[in-house]
Amino acid sequence: MIIVILPQHLRTLAGVGREVELRVEALVTPRAILDALEARYPVLRGTIRDQGSQQRRAFVRFFACGQDWSHEPPDAPLPDDVVQGKEPFMVVGAMAGG
Amino acid sequence: MSSVRVLVGTRKGAFIFTSDAKRQTWDVSGPLFPGWEIYHLKGSPVNPDRIYASQSTGWFGQLIQRSDDGGRTWTPMGNEFRYEGTPGTHQWYDGTQHPWEFKRVWHLEPSLTDPDTVYAGVEDAALFKSTDGGQTWRELPGLREVKGNLWQPGAGGMCLHTILLDPSNPDRIFVAISAAGAFRTDDGGQTWRPINQGLKSPYELPGPAAEVGHCVHGMAMHPSRPGVLFMQKHWDVMRSDDAGEMWREVSGNLPSDFGFPIAVHAHEPETIYVVPIKSDSEHFPPEGKLRVYRSRTGGGAWEALTNGLPQRDCYVNVLRDAMAVDALDPCGVYFGTTGGQVYCSPDGGDHWTTIARDLPSVYSVEVQTLA
Repeated sequence: MIIVILPQHLRTLAGVGREVELRVEALVTPRAILDALEARYPVLRGTIRDQGSQQRRAFVRFFACGQDWSHEPPDAPLPDDVVQGKEPFMVVGAMAGG
Repeated sequence: MSSVRVLVGTRKGAFIFTSDAKRQTWDVSGPLFPGWEIYHLKGSPVNPDRIYASQSTGWFGQLIQRSDDGGRTWTPMGNEFRYEGTPGTHQWYDGTQHPWEFKRVWHLEPSLTDPDTVYAGVEDAALFKSTDGGQTWRELPGLREVKGNLWQPGAGGMCLHTILLDPSNPDRIFVAISAAGAFRTDDGGQTWRPINQGLKSPYELPGPAAEVGHCVHGMAMHPSRPGVLFMQKHWDVMRSDDAGEMWREVSGNLPSDFGFPIAVHAHEPETIYVVPIKSDSEHFPPEGKLRVYRSRTGGGAWEALTNGLPQRDCYVNVLRDAMAVDALDPCGVYFGTTGGQVYCSPDGGDHWTTIARDLPSVYSVEVQTLA
């Protein structure tokens, strides 16, 4: 199972705790994880990536295994520790004023 | 017994205030959607327990929430606002063309006859319509065909912020956009035309006959006279007696004719309210005195309403959607400030009380009059 950590606002919106466990059948990539996340929680559509372009929203960041994955291609394979559920895929609200 | 429900959108959540017809003591619920910007909430005139809310942040984008129990519980609805066809471009601040990009919903206007039909005014400016209670949205693209390439953002963004539905003609809708102007459809939103003749924007526009490009801040009408429109423009308070065909200035003796909101008394179609702001560069009341101005003559002659409002050292603003009236007798008038205060006058503006003092910056105020 893949472990995804969501920021507080999205946890409230989806009605989940800090971590979400997802089954991802395909190659485990940021896109595959987000597809599975949005399929399970449709209310999150549009909150992490634009519904039309599928581009990551500007003030959302992705981290995994201590690395910033925000600027990696959405189809780049994630590390084995994420695939095996040892490390989470983190969706983070970027630091920005307000 | 009648009561009122005041729906307040703020920079960090929504609040609902309820009171009986005396409007002296208030129950508060909120913050709803804490931490999110709530640009607007509005209830259906057909089913007051149905309330729509626009929820957004710069981080996580736009959501639409709907309540069917008067604001106690909420359900996220559809949030896909996709422009029809190729979105095209509009004018940017530097005069170049810039792609149309959806940013947020500024205003939600429920239908006067069908609780499942609701309009959304968005930034970048466009009008969307839902006929399934907010689950899906479809643009009315004819609006942007009215010289949309010449529209440009105001300082707050290029937003469609005003939607007025004509109670006497379901095919007629008025909208206003900063900074494009006012527009009207007479065929239910298929085709539109600008209604900006008589508006003057000498420092922003090249010619006095410019059809689009005016920075309209707000518009209001009385439901019994939908052909009479009142407008608070960037500068100037304006009036039209022919559904927007021609406008004339009614700023009269106002201390400043710059401002954002404008409202009409519930029972007196010639009584209107504005909140003058010092200037386009100083968004606070002249002389540090928070004064609502009332005209009982449909503009031209104005009186300051100050009883209960701060008359020194007050430097808040009142945004365009942050003033509303109830339908009780006497008519109640409400407004919220960027300083987080919400004021109520239960007697048409003669006396004001503070119903909230320390909210986040208030974006919008709407009032429901409940049987």
